[in-house]
Amino acid sequence: MRIGVVTFPGSLDDGDAARAARIAGADVVRLWHGDSDLHGVDAVVLPGGFSYGDALRCGAIARFAPAMDSIIDAARGGLPVLGICNGFQILCEAHLLPGALTRNQHLHFRNRDQFLRVDSTNTAWTNSFTAGQEILIPVKNGEGCYVADERTLDQLEAEGRVVARYIRGNPNGSQRDIAAITNEAGNVVGIMPHPEHAVEALTGPSLDGLGFFTSVLRALAGSAGVNAGGHQ
Amino acid sequence: MARVVVDVMLKPEILDPQGQAVANALPRLGVTDVSSVRIGRRIEIEFAGAPDLDRAREIADKLLANPVIEDFTIHVHEDATAEVA
Repeated sequence: MRIGVVTFPGSLDDGDAARAARIAGADVVRLWHGDSDLHGVDAVVLPGGFSYGDALRCGAIARFAPAMDSIIDAARGGLPVLGICNGFQILCEAHLLPGALTRNQHLHFRNRDQFLRVDSTNTAWTNSFTAGQEILIPVKNGEGCYVADERTLDQLEAEGRVVARYIRGNPNGSQRDIAAITNEAGNVVGIMPHPEHAVEALTGPSLDGLGFFTSVLRALAGSAGVNAGGHQ
Repeated sequence: MARVVVDVMLKPEILDPQGQAVANALPRLGVTDVSSVRIGRRIEIEFAGAPDLDRAREIADKLLANPVIEDFTIHVHEDATAEVA
């Protein structure tokens, strides 16, 4: 299975995302923001960092990259896409996910290991977890406060589209402790903390992040009981 | 030269922690009669030819503002020299 990792000007975690996908067993294809050709990848990761220096708003300019035009089209057709941190911001700016990420309520950049509870396993990126599973992965952001109107928040919860929530402390003021959400089809997931930094004992607080990457390989192999386009 | 000015503000229901931080600092200046501060962004657009309000509105809607969290207003700023004073 081929997982594409996009590099934008200012991406920081593209190397770690590629490494995590490789450790999970994927063939990794490095994609360039200026290239609209997705080179036949089976899934895409939009990595963390500060694309275009966060000019204007985080992710606002990256959303118009040639690679994003192709990814937006493909995501609407079911291509699994995982946006991590800045990638999550880009997915919201591209309207593939509802809501927006705003300045942390306390205005401080927050960098720590963070416990999450996985609330939805019916996505292409979380089917390897069990519902309610608690995981520990790093969080590091300055603009990670998830906001949406009350109707959207209610809808996300009613449809089981809150993928993960912060537990034992909310690091940025996100509404309803939301750390990750998915689209209606379950193929697009945005997550603010960093699973790609928790895939090796030497450098991560756990190996919990690996589950996101093994999940998409299961989804692509069709052995997961849910598929990329079959969110319940 | 005529410019189009786009003012972008967070929607009223969106918390503005930067504005709150500024408001909280005002008593240190001896200012105690301000109840709220909200921070937005002003963007000036210069067109090669005549200012095009419709085009400016499109730019604001698609890129300069995020309609999920922000509102914007547009106006033509006619006299650039007036601003120096």
